[in-house]
Amino acid sequence: MTPHPAPEAGPFLGRLSLEALPLHEPILVATFAAVVIGGLAVLGLITKYRLWGWLWKEWFTTVDHKRIGIMYMILGLIMFLRGFADAVMMRLQQVWAFNGSEGYLNAHHYDQVFTAHGVIMIFFVAMPFITGLMNYIVPLQIGARDVSFPFLNNFSFWMTTAGAVLCMVSLFIGEFAQTGWLAYPPLSGIAYSPNVGVDYYIWSLQIAGVGTTLSGINLIVTILKLRAPGMGLMKMPVFTWTSLCANILIVASFPVLTAVLALLTLDRYVGTNFFTNDFGGSPMMYVNLIWIWGHPEVYILILPLFGVFSEVTSTFSGKKLFGYTSMVYATVVITILSYIVWLHHFFTMGSGASVNSFFGITTMVISIPTGAKLFNWLFTMYRGRIRFDLPMMWTVAFMLTFVVGGMTGVLLAVPPADFVLHNSLFLIAHFHNVIIGGVLFGLFAAINYWWPKAFGFKLDVFWGKISFWCWVVGFWLAFMPLYVLGLMGVTRRMRVFDDPSLQIWFAIAAFGALVIAAGIGAMLVQFGVSIRRRKELADDSGDPWGGRTLEWATSSPPPDYNFAFTPVIHDLDAWHDMKRRGHQRPVTGFRDIHMPGNTGAGIILAGFSLVMGFALVWHIWWLAALGFVATVGGAIVHTFNYKRDFHIPAATVVAVEDARTRQLAAGA
Amino acid sequence: MSATTITTAPTTIDEPVRFYDLDEHAHPEGHSTMLGFWIYLMSDCLIFAILFACYAVLGGNYAAGPAPKDLFDLKLIALNTAMLLFSSITYGFAVLQMQQGRVKGTQLWLAITGLFGLGFLGIELYEFHHLIELGATPQRSAFLSAFFTLVGTHGLHVTFGIVWLVTLMVQLGKHGLVAANRRRVMCLSMFWHFLDVIWIGVFTIVYLMGVLR
Repeated sequence: MTPHPAPEAGPFLGRLSLEALPLHEPILVATFAAVVIGGLAVLGLITKYRLWGWLWKEWFTTVDHKRIGIMYMILGLIMFLRGFADAVMMRLQQVWAFNGSEGYLNAHHYDQVFTAHGVIMIFFVAMPFITGLMNYIVPLQIGARDVSFPFLNNFSFWMTTAGAVLCMVSLFIGEFAQTGWLAYPPLSGIAYSPNVGVDYYIWSLQIAGVGTTLSGINLIVTILKLRAPGMGLMKMPVFTWTSLCANILIVASFPVLTAVLALLTLDRYVGTNFFTNDFGGSPMMYVNLIWIWGHPEVYILILPLFGVFSEVTSTFSGKKLFGYTSMVYATVVITILSYIVWLHHFFTMGSGASVNSFFGITTMVISIPTGAKLFNWLFTMYRGRIRFDLPMMWTVAFMLTFVVGGMTGVLLAVPPADFVLHNSLFLIAHFHNVIIGGVLFGLFAAINYWWPKAFGFKLDVFWGKISFWCWVVGFWLAFMPLYVLGLMGVTRRMRVFDDPSLQIWFAIAAFGALVIAAGIGAMLVQFGVSIRRRKELADDSGDPWGGRTLEWATSSPPPDYNFAFTPVIHDLDAWHDMKRRGHQRPVTGFRDIHMPGNTGAGIILAGFSLVMGFALVWHIWWLAALGFVATVGGAIVHTFNYKRDFHIPAATVVAVEDARTRQLAAGA
Repeated sequence: MSATTITTAPTTIDEPVRFYDLDEHAHPEGHSTMLGFWIYLMSDCLIFAILFACYAVLGGNYAAGPAPKDLFDLKLIALNTAMLLFSSITYGFAVLQMQQGRVKGTQLWLAITGLFGLGFLGIELYEFHHLIELGATPQRSAFLSAFFTLVGTHGLHVTFGIVWLVTLMVQLGKHGLVAANRRRVMCLSMFWHFLDVIWIGVFTIVYLMGVLR
């Protein structure tokens, strides 16, 4: 029954042996060499400048939501470069493998590349980016000093990182899954994937999933419990609202992923029959369950960015947001509807006309609240005094791009049309259209918008514009050809092609990918140039864009405690209201501020989990048991620590606030 | 919304508006732990929901193997259910003791709760052992895969509950009924009762309805 022979396992190292190193793949060897040299260089520099203590004390063990937010963004950026490298490899392979050529990637490698691309981009790029953003901004927007559970926040970050590390380890030790990013059985079952690839997939997602779920709980409680006095739910900034909904979605969907992956694990490790083809198992059960997580997941990604677009549009139009209430209700409706559309991912399952109609209609209905949002943004701009700074440029690009992606989505929601387009490149074009046009453009808007808040200086406009135009043009070049190819019937995940007439479209798409690469390069240059020119680009006011929400009420970067005195909220756009009514920043009467203390428990526990995950992948049972005991034991030991907080003395607060007073006076 | 009606310059406002809370007190530590833990329980509940869904869909797929009727001994399960329900009552007594400020009493009732929990686990392990001896292993059919996973996941939760319970008894011994410990007793209380609720679902859907079909 097994198409591949199962690898043998030893008692000490399990399935791990020297053969696990992919020495026969020159591409991987070269990558490995580059990573080792680059990694050693970074480690060497850190050692040379004696930064380890600083990194450990100020960053790795921090419970400050701002620093954790920045670390999430850095994780997302690093993994984005990896995920994009995978994308370029696919584009190159597909344009190459025509006229009898096999291209440059064998099937074994190519299948890992497209799987890793999807997994990394969703779990280790988009998720860290949006979690980082919410972490940084939400407590500031609601006038809080930190999140509700600061230690959990640190732990969540390190669990996400541990998942990402395990995923990256698969590049050089063993292999990654060759199943596509959702690892459908029976292909992902032990019979057809007997090696470690799917196990890497499972354990990296499980470890990261713990972090995601906990950070979701954390942010929900933060938003519900730590809002400044006067900020009722309907006075919350829209970004906080969309974050709340996104986190509710996280808590209500990631456990489903955890459960379904656990069942797949049992099938693979214990030999149960949940998703097998025999003994009563049902592979379609897996497909249903994973999409019950998977569809809410795409709304987890896009909802916070809808919030970003709302903030940016309102700020750069110099008006309050048009239709705040309808915006909130639209967000809530999308949150609920996202749970009853999952079956549209597999209309071809054969569930019958009635079921397909139900899910087709619910899917189309989602376009109504989304459309309402779009009109709200347009009406906010209408007769506004629009400033086309970089965040606003990304927002306009989003509106133009996302609408196209939304319409092809409605098209795919029609079951008969989906029977033709299912699993084709049309689908690939659709979801890249909404995820790049929505999530990524939103992130770029957010980074350009809030960078001055995080670091105290604006981003360079020249390189920002180059990046913008390369990205937008590159996106259209790279993905419009895929719509065409999809309509012509080309399926996704193909490695070689017979029909030479298709090649030109792949060539255009590959060129588009190169233009996007230029956009990414320009963005990195933008960051570098801005850091070098930080004196010229400095913003002393703390409010460089004429912002309307509370995060602009404090200095840039904000002090550890965010606000020396908790703001009191009277209006929806709280900071705008304060400026308009001539508020006076208090300069005396400061007190001790109660803050959570740093702890190394998060990174240590996540490290134990990483070891356990690696051992489970390779069937090194003794090490897995050790890792498990260490994780649980470490967590128990941590609960014996009752002293987790400290007070920032009033004298320190006075010093920080006096410096701020001088900075404001010098700027005015 | 009073703020929207004020459009003139701030000097014309009669009453000064307070924009900062100058006389604030910090949030008491752990003030939102109960809400957070409750939300965590709901996420855990979803995991059970998925396992129940799998049992509902796959529970009839016997693959020519044994069916619930052939396997379940309702008397044993009734005893097991009683163990768990009693443990919830005794946990309630522990909370009552805590509210009266008695450390020893709290610890005692927690210990009794833990013993009931161990009894429950013992019977469950005996049942699993018995089934596996009969050849009704988790690998035998999708029904048995779903059965062992659902009931076993609940059992794992009870196991973790007992580990937590022992930890908490030690912490109560060390620090007494400080605020942090009271909070922990309440969190574990929610966890323990939650497992009871799940078990009632398991008892009904897996065992009672199982022998009917």
